[in-house]
Amino acid sequence: MHLATSRAFKQNARRALADPGLQKALARSGTSFIARRAAAVAALPEFEQLREIARDIKNHALAHLDFYLEEYEARVKAAGGIVHWCATTDEARAVVLEICRAAGARTVTKGKSMISEELSLNEHLEQHSVQPVETDLGEYILQLRHEVPSHILAPAFHLNREDWEAQFRASHTDLPADRIFHERRDILTEARARLRQKFVAADVGITGANFLIAETGSSVIVTNEGNGDLTQTLPRVHIVLASIEKVVPTIEDCTSLLRVLARSATGQDFSVYTTFSTGARRPGDLDGPDGYHVVLVDNGRSAMLGTEFQDMLRCIRCAACMNHCPVYGAVGGHAYGWVYPGPMGSVLTPALIGVDQAGLLPNASTFCGKCESVCPVKIPLPGLMRHWREREFERHLTPPVQRRNIALWGWFARRPAVYRVVARAAAASLGWLGRRRGRFARLPMAGGWTAGRDLPAPEGDTFFARYARAQRRGRAG
Amino acid sequence: MSRDAVLASIRRGLRRGALPDDIAAALRGRLAAHPRHLIPARSRLPHAEQVTLFVANVEKEFGTVTRLPDMDSIPGAVVDYLAAQNLPSELVMAPHPELRAIEWSVRPLLRIREGRSGPSDAVSLQHAFAAIAETGTLMLPSSPERPTTLNLLADTEIVLLRASRIVGAYEEAWDLLRAEIGTMPRNVMLVTGPSRSADIEQTLELGAHGPRRLHVLVVGEEAAQPGE
Repeated sequence: MHLATSRAFKQNARRALADPGLQKALARSGTSFIARRAAAVAALPEFEQLREIARDIKNHALAHLDFYLEEYEARVKAAGGIVHWCATTDEARAVVLEICRAAGARTVTKGKSMISEELSLNEHLEQHSVQPVETDLGEYILQLRHEVPSHILAPAFHLNREDWEAQFRASHTDLPADRIFHERRDILTEARARLRQKFVAADVGITGANFLIAETGSSVIVTNEGNGDLTQTLPRVHIVLASIEKVVPTIEDCTSLLRVLARSATGQDFSVYTTFSTGARRPGDLDGPDGYHVVLVDNGRSAMLGTEFQDMLRCIRCAACMNHCPVYGAVGGHAYGWVYPGPMGSVLTPALIGVDQAGLLPNASTFCGKCESVCPVKIPLPGLMRHWREREFERHLTPPVQRRNIALWGWFARRPAVYRVVARAAAASLGWLGRRRGRFARLPMAGGWTAGRDLPAPEGDTFFARYARAQRRGRAG
Repeated sequence: MSRDAVLASIRRGLRRGALPDDIAAALRGRLAAHPRHLIPARSRLPHAEQVTLFVANVEKEFGTVTRLPDMDSIPGAVVDYLAAQNLPSELVMAPHPELRAIEWSVRPLLRIREGRSGPSDAVSLQHAFAAIAETGTLMLPSSPERPTTLNLLADTEIVLLRASRIVGAYEEAWDLLRAEIGTMPRNVMLVTGPSRSADIEQTLELGAHGPRRLHVLVVGEEAAQPGE
């Protein structure tokens, strides 16, 4: 499994904040996704209604997940494909390797798949003498750099143009070393030429799936580059990697989800290529794979059903939550330490690798609520993060200092009279101490907090006192 | 076996066994009826306006469109387009009956090969099954007459689309496919504009792995002249 560094979130975040290249990339990219989504949403008056429909479709599919998976499997079989059910990552890796071996595969092209990252599939294939080639432009450079994606949609979100140029010079050594990249398009053109050879040579193509359709046994991929389509069309064998919650009942259900997916993701009305694949090459077809396999992966998802985290299984991986997240925008995706960053990762990661590993992630949130407000399937992300915080506390995973402070606060909170006296004293003394400058640059025992910001001085009064005064005034008037 | 383990785990989570027959039958009914959800108002238009909306959306997504009165005007339009783009007069064509029925001999300098596309083809000519005005999207289902590689490998893809095949919403195109093709083809591509990537600094660049240019020839139902 992808080695998690989520326990080191604080160190990761500190390093990220001090990384000038990353900060440059985050500053540049931060607002573009937000503006593009806003424009696409503004152009579709029905968008809010469509979000509710999308939520309801996914809820319906999850409530009958066993039924729709079995229907889906029957349709895949009828179309000449094979479905492999895998409970764990080990099983899924073994199945993929077995299919590659049976096909006599030396090289495997890959479309972007987050499940593949979950499985650390590339390492596994390499260890067994099968060479994987990532074909999504962002994934391609990350493979050259031996890095993992920092964003579920734009894997190379953390890189700048100069990183691309340097890496291509270092990796494509057969090209003139002094060639000039006049514009971004030159980088794209070089990658296109390089990968064209790989597409043609590959024996097996592996893609993910945005949706599986029970009605028809189809897997659906959504891309802008066309790499996923080349990956699943040219090789002899196509393997679809999909987690179990991707299944939806009908084409109409899928269509309604597609209406909110691209708009939420990249701010496009529709992605360039939305492709429905159903089984292997048919009699008379001039192209397409001879073999079609679906590797259906559970890896912890079924255990989320019936819990407060079931809502998370609605996620359609649009990345709107991370695009709008102030924490993601400050530290980037790698700090989260596993496959899924941002708010959706802060909820999903503890469910898949354990709250003991990833308990810091649901704490790395300002609870500003932006993620929930843009989620196309209305996942209550802050609420789910709060559930993780509660579980973490119940299981005594919270650090001792924090537990002591929470216990102390709890003691006062249960004694309102004492609480008010202490709060009044604190507000008055802090207000008096800060009366000159109006803020504190440093406070005892809160050095970590004040290192990055000032605490505004209280105005000498508590909320309770003011509220009581306003009430009295209200009654008087 | 993991199939049973996964299904059992799902049912444990949902706190029930396999669905009772009556509920399963109701869900099968829903699959068979595949009810539509809300369709955005933007494509609920008279057909002529749907055609106009389709053209506008293709152009918004960096594709190009030429409207033609009839099939006889296609060879000239193809030759003119290739010349304007400085491309050689050579293409690989889908072996679709409508494309094969065109009188190509009027343009003897245009070299045409029929079949699937290879990695070195510069230009392909595809036949669209239908198109969706809502987002300027072509529906290209695979079949012996419509090889998928034509949509992917050439630098420039030209697509023949009859104006009568333009519908408003995706749902209407899927119903055409169900009615005319029946079972789901191996591959159905919904294509909206030429290939692109924003992976380098989140800045859009055209011409990733698929075609750099997408040119649609819309045949028939030419836009009415003002005052007609």
